[in-house]
Amino acid sequence: MNRTAIRMEHLAREFESVRAVDELTMEVPEGIVCGFLGPNGAGKTTTIRLLLGLLEPTAGRAEVLGYDIRTQAEQIRQHTGALLEHTGVYEGLSAEDNLEFYGRVWRLGRHERQARIKELLTQMGLWDRRGDKAGTWSRGMKQKLALARALLHRPRLVLLDEPTAGLDVAAAAAVREDLVSLVDQERVTVLLTTHNMAEAEKLCSQVAVIRQGKLVAQGHPDQLRAQAGSPRIEVLGRGFSDQTIDLMRSRPEVADARAHNGRLAIDLRYDADPAPLIRLLVNSGIDVQEVQRGKASLEEVFLTLMNEESRSVEAA
Amino acid sequence: MLEDILTVLWKERKGLLRIQGSRWRAILTMIVPVGMVAILAPIQLGEGWVDAAWSLMASVIIPLILIGFTIPESFAGERERHTLETLLATRLPDRAILFGKLALAIGVGWGMTMVSLLVGLIPVNVFHWSGQLLFYRLDLLLTNIVLSLLISCLMAQLGVLISLRAETTQGAQQALVSILLLPLMVIQIVPMLMLSVIPGGRATLEQWLSVDLIQILAVVTAILLLANLGLLLAVLARFERARLCQT
Repeated sequence: MNRTAIRMEHLAREFESVRAVDELTMEVPEGIVCGFLGPNGAGKTTTIRLLLGLLEPTAGRAEVLGYDIRTQAEQIRQHTGALLEHTGVYEGLSAEDNLEFYGRVWRLGRHERQARIKELLTQMGLWDRRGDKAGTWSRGMKQKLALARALLHRPRLVLLDEPTAGLDVAAAAAVREDLVSLVDQERVTVLLTTHNMAEAEKLCSQVAVIRQGKLVAQGHPDQLRAQAGSPRIEVLGRGFSDQTIDLMRSRPEVADARAHNGRLAIDLRYDADPAPLIRLLVNSGIDVQEVQRGKASLEEVFLTLMNEESRSVEAA
Repeated sequence: MLEDILTVLWKERKGLLRIQGSRWRAILTMIVPVGMVAILAPIQLGEGWVDAAWSLMASVIIPLILIGFTIPESFAGERERHTLETLLATRLPDRAILFGKLALAIGVGWGMTMVSLLVGLIPVNVFHWSGQLLFYRLDLLLTNIVLSLLISCLMAQLGVLISLRAETTQGAQQALVSILLLPLMVIQIVPMLMLSVIPGGRATLEQWLSVDLIQILAVVTAILLLANLGLLLAVLARFERARLCQT
């Protein structure tokens, strides 16, 4: 059974009149990649700072790797790697010197330090440019360097604050790829904040959604889909018309239907059997080629959760 | 703790010649004041540079310029470049970061003053050769060593407090130099006022100047020691993770 890497109980942090983190209670088991999702200002970065002991909570408690964030922050930082909001790379130093410095910070022996730096830079495709000033590198390369720095001392936990924010598609994909292979290889627990739902979907086995400092939902992406996304079927075929869409919408089990590029998407009100609907389509002359049970994307789930939360806040 | 201080010192040393974007610009910023004080002044003052109190100028001006340049880069600059938070997210104790940074700035300010004093002997002996090697009076040399160290420490600590409040590196540098120029201006203006405006000022001034220089320096040293102690306590209280990350 997995042990708990992070445990938060009613954790709160206020800045003057703003409650950045509000009674946050959640757990992250060891050995997984957990996505921490939320809109801007949701409290993700503040939570990471609290977990690292860089900020003191105004209420509640939290443990990271079994250490209390109020009293044992130094031990937490000892076993944790972090890539915060900014890369934190020393642009005037070479990539190798950046890692050399942090290797010394983590008190890695000389030979171990050199071997580890070579291993990480090689794996990320940066070894040949290790002598360049980091300031001359592209943003994606700096981000990779920062990721290498976070993993340098083989931490048990890595906290990544939007590791692909601001990167172009190719650079973000490259960072994600490195992240996946390194996490796999190093077997660390990762808490990753992101706006990018596709990224969370690719990387995370568990996601937590927060809004205005409060936890809105937590679980496996599939669980969240089941919780927030309506079941859907997609029909590939020919002959879809306005009448076909009206026909589908007239059915009690159908919440909505729309056709686009030879694909008819039908949102169901509940987990209804799609067979009668397909029969209806075939009988009405549609040339059905393929039927798929669709899944709501994590982005749709996220938006649904945000809307539900907004409504409940307004109602309250 | 010492190993951590040395680690921070290693990084600061590496970064020192890379600040302001260009190695040569950084070297020039450090060498020009040393050249002005250690070469031009001894040429003009001759024997007075080693025998009278003129060399104390180096102990005041060089730390002022060099630390006014390095400390804001080290503290405000690190925050401005968003590298401070990453550093604070490591196992390094607050005090190791603080003392590592202070050590380099004080080392540069004090070290370059010592270099200036040594370099200053060359023009004095070359341009004012009197048949025997000219060297600093012993009491003056010791005063220079102690005074420049105390002024370097004072400047560095004041610089930390200002840098932690300043929005930008440039803002911190300007604020620090302005504050430090103030006492120098007072030293210049007060005698002028006493000579020309204040009745009986000339007599009082002459009375002050008749006091032994070493006595004056002893008082100054004591004041600097106390000021350094007070600033150290303030810096230790201010340079804490929880406070740094809130700003």
